Amino acid sequence: MEMIKLTIDKKPVVVKPGTTILDAASSIGIKIPTLCHMKLHDMGIENKPGGCRVCVVEVEGRRNLAPACVTKAEEGMDINTHSMRAINARRTVTELILSDHPAECLTCAKSGECELQDLAQELGIREIHYEGEQSHYREDTSPAIIREMDKCILCRRCEMMCNEVQTVGVLSAVNRGFDAVVAPAFEMNLDHSACTYCGQCVAVCPTGALTEVDHTGAVIRALSDPSKTVIVQTAPAVRAALGEEFDLEAGTLVTGKMTAALRRLGFDYVFDTDFAADLTIMEEGTEFLDRLNRHLKGDKDVQLPILTSCCPAWVKFFEHQFPDMKDIPSTARSPQQMFGAIAKTYFADKINVKREDLVVVSIMPCVAKKYESAREEFATDGNPDVDFAITTRELASLIKLANLKFNSLPEEDFDQPLGESTGAGVIFGATGGVIEAAVRTAYEIQTGKSLEKVDFEQLRGLEGVREATVDVDGLELRIGIAHGLGNARKLLEDIRSGKSNFHAIEIMSCPGGCIGGGGQPYHHGDDSVIKKRFEAIYKEDAGKAIRKSHENPHIVKLYEEFLGKPMSDKAHHLLHTNYFDRSNKIES
Amino acid sequence: MSKIKLAEHVIETVQAICAQYNNEEGELINVLHGTQSKLGYLPAEVQELIAKELDMSVAKVYGVVTFYSFFTMTPMGKHPISICTGTACYVRGAEQVLEEFKRQLKLEVGKTTDDGKFSISCLRCVGACGLAPVVMVGEKVYGRVSPQQVRKIISEYQDGCPSHAE
Repeated sequence: MEMIKLTIDKKPVVVKPGTTILDAASSIGIKIPTLCHMKLHDMGIENKPGGCRVCVVEVEGRRNLAPACVTKAEEGMDINTHSMRAINARRTVTELILSDHPAECLTCAKSGECELQDLAQELGIREIHYEGEQSHYREDTSPAIIREMDKCILCRRCEMMCNEVQTVGVLSAVNRGFDAVVAPAFEMNLDHSACTYCGQCVAVCPTGALTEVDHTGAVIRALSDPSKTVIVQTAPAVRAALGEEFDLEAGTLVTGKMTAALRRLGFDYVFDTDFAADLTIMEEGTEFLDRLNRHLKGDKDVQLPILTSCCPAWVKFFEHQFPDMKDIPSTARSPQQMFGAIAKTYFADKINVKREDLVVVSIMPCVAKKYESAREEFATDGNPDVDFAITTRELASLIKLANLKFNSLPEEDFDQPLGESTGAGVIFGATGGVIEAAVRTAYEIQTGKSLEKVDFEQLRGLEGVREATVDVDGLELRIGIAHGLGNARKLLEDIRSGKSNFHAIEIMSCPGGCIGGGGQPYHHGDDSVIKKRFEAIYKEDAGKAIRKSHENPHIVKLYEEFLGKPMSDKAHHLLHTNYFDRSNKIES
Repeated sequence: MSKIKLAEHVIETVQAICAQYNNEEGELINVLHGTQSKLGYLPAEVQELIAKELDMSVAKVYGVVTFYSFFTMTPMGKHPISICTGTACYVRGAEQVLEEFKRQLKLEVGKTTDDGKFSISCLRCVGACGLAPVVMVGEKVYGRVSPQQVRKIISEYQDGCPSHAE
C-alpha cells in the first residue's frame, strides 16, 4: 500500500490512505481538540458529522481552515494545528456555542464531566463576546432519562448511538436552523416513544442535555427514615467501574470497598445482585434444558433458540420491534427483579419486617433498570419489588455526600444470605457472561458429570456478534452472543427468517455488556476503559471459590426452605414474567 | 399494542405511492412529495405508515418533514394560496399582498380557513421573477399582483364560480 507522507506542526508523519488529519496528528502525540467527534475504536463506533468545527486546522496553501475529523490526510500536506488563525477560529466557534448554552454549569448534573466545559477551559475562554437569542425547549422526563435540550449542542452523538449502533431509531434531528433539535418523532416525550432506555445516548452526550433521572435524594430519605429497613444489592459490573469515580485506574476491582461504603451509608443489609444472578441461572438454565430436551425428543412446538432476558432495554426493544417473537425469550426475570421479589418475601419473613417497611435499593450500571423496577408487573399492591435503582455514578455521588474517603475504606464482605455469590454470577456483567454461567450449570445438570474446566474461552470477547459451540458430552450446543441492539437485531432477523440454528442466544443492549452500561462512569470516548472493566470481571470470577451457580450454598438453601425446585409454581410466580406487544399497528 | 387509525383509501393511496418507489428509504422525499400532493398534508399517522412501508424510523421521516418548509402537517385548504416572498417579489410589494390576503381571509400564514377552503403559505421564488410579485392558487400563477386585486382573486374561488371549483 502506498503510504501518505505529510507534516503536522513541523513533525513528519506517515499514514495509510484514508486516515483523517485528526488520527494522523494523534499518532504522533498531537491532540487536536474536538467536540462533536467521538470514536470507540474497538467497537467500530464513530460519530463525525463534522458539525462543530472545533477541530479546524490550517493547511498550507488552502484558503479555508479544514476540520481535522473529516479531512483526509493528503501527500505533502503541511498542517499547523495551533496557528493563530486556527486558535482564533476554534475559540470563536466555542464562544458561539456557549452563547446559546445556559450558563448553569455550577448546578448542572454534568458539571465536572462536561466536554464543553472542558473545552472552554482548555481554550482559555474567559469571556463570551457574542450575545444573541437562546434556544429554549421543554424538559422531558421519563422513568429513566431526562432530556434538557437547552443544553444540546447538536453533536448528534446520541442520534448516532440510537440509530446506527442500537437501531432503536427513536432520536432524530428535527426542524431546521435555530429551531433544530434532536427529538423523537412528532417531538413526543421519550416515555411515549419506543425508547428502550438503554442509556447509550446518556453515555455519549458531551453536555448535560441527556442525563439519568436522579434517585439519590429518595435513597437518602429512605436511609434516614427509622421505620424502614433499607437493603441494597449491587450489580456485578458496578464493582469493576466504581473506582474510576475515585481516580482509581480503570479495571480496579473495588468490591470490598464498595461494600464497606454501602454499610457506612447506612444500609441495614448489603447484598449482592450476583446472588440473584445465580438464581437466574437456576431458573433460566432449567427452562433452557427443558426446552432443549423436548426439542431433542422431537417436540415440534418447542421454541428454540432460547434468548436471555436479563437486560431490560433488550426486553423493551423486542416488545416494540419484534412483538411476534415475544414467546422466544426466557420468561426468567432479570437478576435485579429476582432479588427484589425474594427480598420482599423470603428475606422480609426471615427478619420479620413487613413488605411495606422494607426498602430495596439497587446499584446498577444501567439507566434502564430504573424503568424496569417501575414496571407494573413487578409490584405487589402497588409496592414495587425494587424501590429505587441508582446508577454507578449516583452511588459515587452518595459516597461523596457521606464524606467517605473511598480509597482508604477497608475491604468488607457482603451480608448473608443474599450476599453469597459464585463466579458465574459475577460474569453476568460482561458480554458472553450470562451464557457462560448458564453453560456451566446446564452442562452439569444435563450430563450429571462434573465440569473439569469451567472457563469457556470461546464464549468470551468483545466482537459484536459471536458464535460458538460447546460440547456437552457429545451434544453440540450452538450458541450465539450479541451485544449492542443493532447486533441483536441481526440475530433476531435470522431467527425470523428461519436462518438461525442456535440453541441459545445471549443478548445485552450495551456495547461490552453491562460493563459498558449507560449508568457507568463516563468513558468520554475511550473504549480501553471498557476493555479493562471486562478483564476485571473475569479476574473476579477466577478468584471465586465457587464458580457454578448451582453450587451456591445459599441458593441451595433458598430452594430447600422456600422455592422448592426451579420452575416450581412458587418460582414461577416470583421469578418469571411475561412480555407485552408494545408495537404500533396501523389499521383502517 | 397501540393502534393507529387511518382510512382504508388513505392506506391504499400511501402504499401505492411507496410501491411506485420500490419502498426504498432513499426515495423518502419523493414519497412524501407524492403523498402530500394526493392528501394535501402529512399527518402523523401517515408518517407512521410511510416509515413502516419504507422500513425506516418514524423519527427520521418526521425529521425530513420538519426540515423542508414545503412539507406540512396541517391540512391545506382546497385552494392553497402561496405568496412568493423571494427577493424580487419582496421588493415589489409581496409583503403588502400577503397582508391583504391575511386581512381578507382573517387567516395567519400556515393556517386554513374553518370551512377548509383556503390556506395561506409563503414560498421562495417560483422562477417567474419577471412577473413579481407572484401569487399561486393551487397550480395557477398570478403575476404582478397588487393588494387591490386580492379580493378579486379570492372571489374566483368562492362558491358559484364553477370555472375554478377544482
